[in-house]
Amino acid sequence: MIENQNILTPEKEYTTLNLGPTHPATHGIFQNVLKMDGEIIVSNEPTIGYIHRAFEKLAERRPYNQIAPITDRLNYCSAPINNMGWHMTVEKLIGCEVPKRAQYIRVIIMELARIADHIICDSVIGVDTGALSGFLYIFQEREHIYEIFEEVCGARLTTNTGRIGGMERDFSPKAWEKLEYFVQHFPEKLQEFENLLLRNRIFMDRTINVGAISAERALAYGFTGPNLRAAGVDYDVRVMNPYSSYEDFDFQIPVGTNGDTYDRFMVRLEEMKQSLGIIEQAMKNMPDGAIHADVPAFYLPPKEEVYSKMEALIYQFKIVMGEMDVPKGEVYHAVEGGNGELGFYLISDGGRTPFRLHFRRPCFIYYQAYPEMIKGSMLSDAILTMSSMNVIAGELDA
Amino acid sequence: MKIAEIEIPWMEEVVEKLSQRFDDGILHVEQAYDLPVVVIAKQNLIEVLTFLKSDSDMGFAFLTTLCGLHIPGYEGGEFGMMYQLHNMHQNRRLRIKTYMPESDLDVPTVSNLWPTANWMERQEYDFFGFNFVGHPDLRRILNMDEMNYHPLRKQYPLEDLGKHDKDDAKFGR
Repeated sequence: MIENQNILTPEKEYTTLNLGPTHPATHGIFQNVLKMDGEIIVSNEPTIGYIHRAFEKLAERRPYNQIAPITDRLNYCSAPINNMGWHMTVEKLIGCEVPKRAQYIRVIIMELARIADHIICDSVIGVDTGALSGFLYIFQEREHIYEIFEEVCGARLTTNTGRIGGMERDFSPKAWEKLEYFVQHFPEKLQEFENLLLRNRIFMDRTINVGAISAERALAYGFTGPNLRAAGVDYDVRVMNPYSSYEDFDFQIPVGTNGDTYDRFMVRLEEMKQSLGIIEQAMKNMPDGAIHADVPAFYLPPKEEVYSKMEALIYQFKIVMGEMDVPKGEVYHAVEGGNGELGFYLISDGGRTPFRLHFRRPCFIYYQAYPEMIKGSMLSDAILTMSSMNVIAGELDA
Repeated sequence: MKIAEIEIPWMEEVVEKLSQRFDDGILHVEQAYDLPVVVIAKQNLIEVLTFLKSDSDMGFAFLTTLCGLHIPGYEGGEFGMMYQLHNMHQNRRLRIKTYMPESDLDVPTVSNLWPTANWMERQEYDFFGFNFVGHPDLRRILNMDEMNYHPLRKQYPLEDLGKHDKDDAKFGR
């Protein structure tokens, strides 16, 4: 009789669901092979590397100034932060002090990039819960930010802005005008976006206690940035190891408590407001002076001097051909990227290219916690968890 | 160009404690810009990292990153591993390095100390071919599974981009 019962209740069967590599709900190229019990996820096997471009290898044959365009393609939602991080790494290696004005301009650009990055993440969380309108309205503000970038450096998405030693040019009057317009109008637009989602019953039901991670697990998994702060750890590179004059500014680091999707949304929302405050302070206290350090071996001379002065011509030629004298050394420099601590580990053997360059990419590091975070949740919540973690394929695969 | 000397007030204390515990395991100590670098013997790796992580005076509980190195001319230490730790409470960063010959690329895994090391080690296996002993899932991660070499090793230089303007023969050199 007992034997018969065993035959009648067979082992539980699971469904295998292949989510990706290209799936409209995942906003990027991620493959997840999910084992499903009905609509509950039992286990998940992520596969990454679909847009791997071997940046670490590419960097080993490029001169230092030609690596900045590579960093654009890491987290392409906030490319200027990556650019500045790279320039600051090289400046640390060559021992170059950047003038205050250039540092403040960098801070403005980096904080604009952070706002653009968080706009994407927060509005996409809304989209994945079914609220498309917030996304449509707030994306106009991202457009304004990109117009400022366009005015500052000529590019919108992959900016390649800043140079080793400072900025390539000062803000034009038009750029100031656009910046002032943005600073004036953004709080109102953000408030509108906030009103659509913040206390929205459906949004709260969909996000609270979804994809939660404890502070302890988050630290063990190497989380940094908004995702770690949502779990309650107030770690921010801008405060811990201030770079580019961040110590001059007064801003707060928002933290969450549960580490769930709603907390991640809230942390990013508050960070946008803090970033706006930093931009306002930088605009108000903008120092006068040069926009680049006196490092002729790294910073391209002005064009009119190249055509009239021998020395400028020599430096122009050497920089363009990638023949720069770089000291031997080993540096690590980290900046607070849109998603967390973006680190550059650089070894120079004195040659024209880095001997070794390693990127600490926050997305790559925290995406490995994803299977643990979605275990036991529903498929629709897994999509939401992924978008709230803000996994950017470019930074994931490098 | 002059490089500013940065003082690390706590460096001596940490190095002192480390060398007291692992006197012959500490091979070399130096300062690379704003970070202390401690080179250790490979057989002490797990002990040193566990000590740094769990000792209450040390508190280097956060693994920032790890990466592999390939130095072809360095006799007996052609390959190396770098671990960068962070003590978030006191804001101290420390770099641990270990070198090994090409004939012995077995490295004990640190993925049981930090789950985050899982993918990082897979990445370094993928690009350099380190064998992380005890790793739960040592497979390639960014490159395709069919690849039969480890591309970040120095014996695989990148091809030229079809640029011949630096060809010495054309300039009579």
